[in-house]
Amino acid sequence: MSQLLEVSGVSVTFDGFRAINNLSFQIGAAELRAVIGPNGAGKTTFMDIVTGKTRPDEGRVLWGEKSVSLLGLNEAQIAREGVGRKFQRPTVFEDQTVADNLMVALKKDRAPIAVLLFKPSKADHQRVEELAAEIGLSDQLQTQAGILSHGQKQWLEIGMLLAQEPRLLLVDEPAAGMTGPERDHTTELLKEAAKTRAVVVVEHDMDFVRKLDCKVTVLHEGSVLAEGSLDHVTSNQEVIDVYLGR
Amino acid sequence: MGNLMKSNRSVPIVLGVLAGIALLVTILSEAYGTGALSTSLTKTLGMTVCLCIIALAMDMVWGYSGILSLGHFAFFALGGYMIGMWLMYARTEDVIAASLAQGQLPATPAELSDAIAVQIFGVVGGDSLPWMWAFSNSLLAQLALVVLVPGLLALVFGWLAFRSRVTGVYLSILTQAMTLALSLYLFQNDTGLRGNNGLSGLQNIPGAEAIPQSQISIWFLWASILALALAYVFAAWVMSGKFGNVIRGIRDDEARVRFLGYSVEGYKLFVFVVSGVMAGIAGALYYPQAGIINPDELAPIASIYLAVWVAIGGRGRLYGAIIGAAVVSLLSTWFTGGRAPDVNLGFYVVQWVDWWTVLLGLGFVLVTLFAPKGLGGLVDLISRKDAK
Repeated sequence: MSQLLEVSGVSVTFDGFRAINNLSFQIGAAELRAVIGPNGAGKTTFMDIVTGKTRPDEGRVLWGEKSVSLLGLNEAQIAREGVGRKFQRPTVFEDQTVADNLMVALKKDRAPIAVLLFKPSKADHQRVEELAAEIGLSDQLQTQAGILSHGQKQWLEIGMLLAQEPRLLLVDEPAAGMTGPERDHTTELLKEAAKTRAVVVVEHDMDFVRKLDCKVTVLHEGSVLAEGSLDHVTSNQEVIDVYLGR
Repeated sequence: MGNLMKSNRSVPIVLGVLAGIALLVTILSEAYGTGALSTSLTKTLGMTVCLCIIALAMDMVWGYSGILSLGHFAFFALGGYMIGMWLMYARTEDVIAASLAQGQLPATPAELSDAIAVQIFGVVGGDSLPWMWAFSNSLLAQLALVVLVPGLLALVFGWLAFRSRVTGVYLSILTQAMTLALSLYLFQNDTGLRGNNGLSGLQNIPGAEAIPQSQISIWFLWASILALALAYVFAAWVMSGKFGNVIRGIRDDEARVRFLGYSVEGYKLFVFVVSGVMAGIAGALYYPQAGIINPDELAPIASIYLAVWVAIGGRGRLYGAIIGAAVVSLLSTWFTGGRAPDVNLGFYVVQWVDWWTVLLGLGFVLVTLFAPKGLGGLVDLISRKDAK
């Protein structure tokens, strides 16, 4: 199977601390993957590298069929290449409506002049409504995003990422702070998204990872410790020692 | 346009109020009306309108984009200098040509140009026109420079600053440094803009010597009001649609916008340059009414006042900036113009010329603490009452 994203031999050091150490990681075009690991394992730094926020000291990050290197691109360019990123803390534009949030995220020309002259078409409005339905916010289209509940904000952000039509979705702890039913909805959203694109979920919560029911990559001290099904990695003695045992 | 009127109710209201002010001032003016309003007061009002334009420009960068520029008067003053060069050159040319015509022999062009140079630059010991005055005989060229020079400064400064991702208070300090550096530079006598003398006599419009100031002051008021109206419609349009949403997104969460694939730096630069150009045009309308421009106009404090006006008026709502600039600068004129009565406390006499800045500072602190939405927030209260 051809890979959508191929990270190989990547290392990055902050002030002498090796956050990522010779990390290699691949994901296919339509795949759901959970990345777990203890605090400081390099999960967030890994996302920073893929999305262009952090430059690695060495290694390669190749993207798509043509194996373009992402290392020469800035965050916005990488996002336009088709990498979407959901932050740990829900980040939506709080003083704008749900509809405006989604409209801004829709995959369109991002150049200032094009945006200045942009007029939403019927199809655009329709797409926004579809997305709102998907994330369960149909009734809140005209609501200010700031007064949504924590879970709803998380969904809105996921909706914005879907609006962007990314080929790879990086999601940082989507279930943190969510109630049981909210988690289930989030699980559905992510599984649905992963049918047509690659989705990488960084998560602490083992129950949530079990519900995702996908291949798991365990990070430890900046490199991959184990990879496989959840049952496979949780029976790995090393994983138990560094992560589950504690 | 029709859509804008409907989606942003402030647009028709502001345009209506501006038209009303223009009409009222004209009816009360010395030149066209009852004469209740003196020419100097008309000029003050015209200048206030120009300050409203730069406040609008400031609100676009600060209130909407979250860039606290404390150097906007650099653009304003540069616009003023650019139009001032033509005003001064053309006016001097008229005067010199008239006086040389009294002589026996007609003056050669070289004699004429030397005489103009001596007349303008004698005061700083110069006797030839500096290179930057190359186009000063052409109104059209200087009008183009009114847009180009502030625009170019904003472009270069903004490009360097935004590209390096300088934000927040660090950017504010940089903008202060920019206007301070420019001001200190212009104070030098040999910079080509007459050092601390600045450009003067700008109220005398070349070719319009026969027209009294009372009339010219009304023309400039009309022009300033028209410019403010256009600027308001333009700013409201820019901030109304998706572009405005992206810009406010940058203010509230820069990283989110970036990871959505928008080039945050490009957007900031766009707004900064547009805002700088607006400030330049405002300055070009202001200084012919003020009559004089010198490097003091670029002092850092001027740009800080601008931020205070916008904060008091209310950020991020366009009309708030206009209310703030108009109210505070008119009050300032009244308090510092010697018209406000001194307050005798018995043991101490409060003289407003000195105490006005204290009052303004206190007002700023109170607004920041208790009414973060500023005077414009009052509009919310009124319109909410209407809704009930």
